[in-house]
Amino acid sequence: MRIFDPHIHMTSRTTDDYEAMYDAGIRALVEPSFWLGQPRTSPASFFDYFDALLGWEPFRAAQYGIAHHCTLALNPKEANDPRCTPVLDALPRYLVKDSVVAVGEIGYDSMTPAEDTALAAQLQLAADHGLPALVHTPHRDKLAGLRRTVDVIRESHLPPERVLLDHLNETTVKEACDSGAWLGFSIYPDTKMDEDRMVAILRSHGTERVLVNSAADWGKSDPLKTRKVGDAMLAAGFSDDDVDRVLWRNPVAFYGLSGRLHLDLPSPGALHEGNSILRGGE
Amino acid sequence: MTTTRDELAGRLGAAARTWLDEALTEAAHAADTPSDPTGPYLSASWELRFASAGRHCGPEHADSVRILLLHQARAGTDTLTRLYQHGTAAERRAVLLALLSLVPGPEALPLVADALRTNDTRLVAAAVGPYAATHLDQHSWRHAVLKCLFTGVPVEAVADLPRRARGDTALARMLADYADERSAAGRPLPADLPRVLTLTVPPEES
Repeated sequence: MRIFDPHIHMTSRTTDDYEAMYDAGIRALVEPSFWLGQPRTSPASFFDYFDALLGWEPFRAAQYGIAHHCTLALNPKEANDPRCTPVLDALPRYLVKDSVVAVGEIGYDSMTPAEDTALAAQLQLAADHGLPALVHTPHRDKLAGLRRTVDVIRESHLPPERVLLDHLNETTVKEACDSGAWLGFSIYPDTKMDEDRMVAILRSHGTERVLVNSAADWGKSDPLKTRKVGDAMLAAGFSDDDVDRVLWRNPVAFYGLSGRLHLDLPSPGALHEGNSILRGGE
Repeated sequence: MTTTRDELAGRLGAAARTWLDEALTEAAHAADTPSDPTGPYLSASWELRFASAGRHCGPEHADSVRILLLHQARAGTDTLTRLYQHGTAAERRAVLLALLSLVPGPEALPLVADALRTNDTRLVAAAVGPYAATHLDQHSWRHAVLKCLFTGVPVEAVADLPRRARGDTALARMLADYADERSAAGRPLPADLPRVLTLTVPPEES
């Protein structure tokens, strides 16, 4: 089973996770920029984070045979902090980088006017840079948030088929599907979606334009949830081809819209004799 | 060492050649009009080309294309520093590889020092090139050699290694201590360590 996790925050994960992910079949991932749990207080803090997503994290991933790309943006939560919003002015010089495959995560957190402004501005940046957009749908007041998100996308210059609506569930999948966007589902241990509910949605909606991710981060989450969905699909009677479509071909097709995906990587161990993040003395 | 424009053009497809021609024209324009107004977050058009060279010309040609652009723009220390600080690891690598031919003195050493502080082997390998061989002080250079051994960067990457290592008793002592530490831990020696140790023998003994 070859797996592409289209949404995972590896900055918060360990090398044990990378090793387990490779063993589970994960060969590629996309790391969206997001909130760190701890609020940032200046644009410079974002720049260091963006640099890590463009440099150090792909290097770490490559040690374990995993291709790493990223999406960059001002996240919805910090779009409300005037200390952070100047990041929007700096994004153009980051969005030209070779491993940036979308603008994201953008979208709504609390549906404020500041979030409206940041979402519209960043959909425009995506259109200007030939990039698709990864759009987070809110945790609170989700269906209303989805509707408002779809409205803003309709008013933007970015066509819906270049948008991935993420963190969907049973209550939002139909309207998201009707919008023409790609459909993202985050599988979590306790919150968001789980494997069996995901299988049920795949049964009713099919596999077209559906992406499944672990969204693993610094909270209770599991970087192997993509594999677990693949196993649950097979157990439920889906074919290997169905699994490959959801877990590999769909994310490749969506992020491939950027023209910037590079999925060839040497196998781990070919890079360094130690096959580890060498910090010396190992 | 720098690939010429003609050599490079011969290896690129038609679309990439056209892109390169445009990029070089923009870089040449920047060289002639160095006072192009740029805000704190704005970049000159050739600098955006510098960033996107990999996907337009292929990752295997990215170093050569970027270095050619730096030459065409006659990038000085300020520009190189900005591009390094704003760059991905691949862009930083190209800046490091171009230093010797673009910066006559030691002014760009802070970039080398920055790269040597990372654990990214792509950057460490590019940092120990000929610019470091020419300008890096002996203490920092010894640590750079040791870092290559620690992180698995082949010492072939260290420019001018035999000349700078010859007779360096402090480096020899550091290498021997490192070998002792590895042995005490029951771990194998890096394959390059005995080779470098041999190079530290003073001329009269070799």
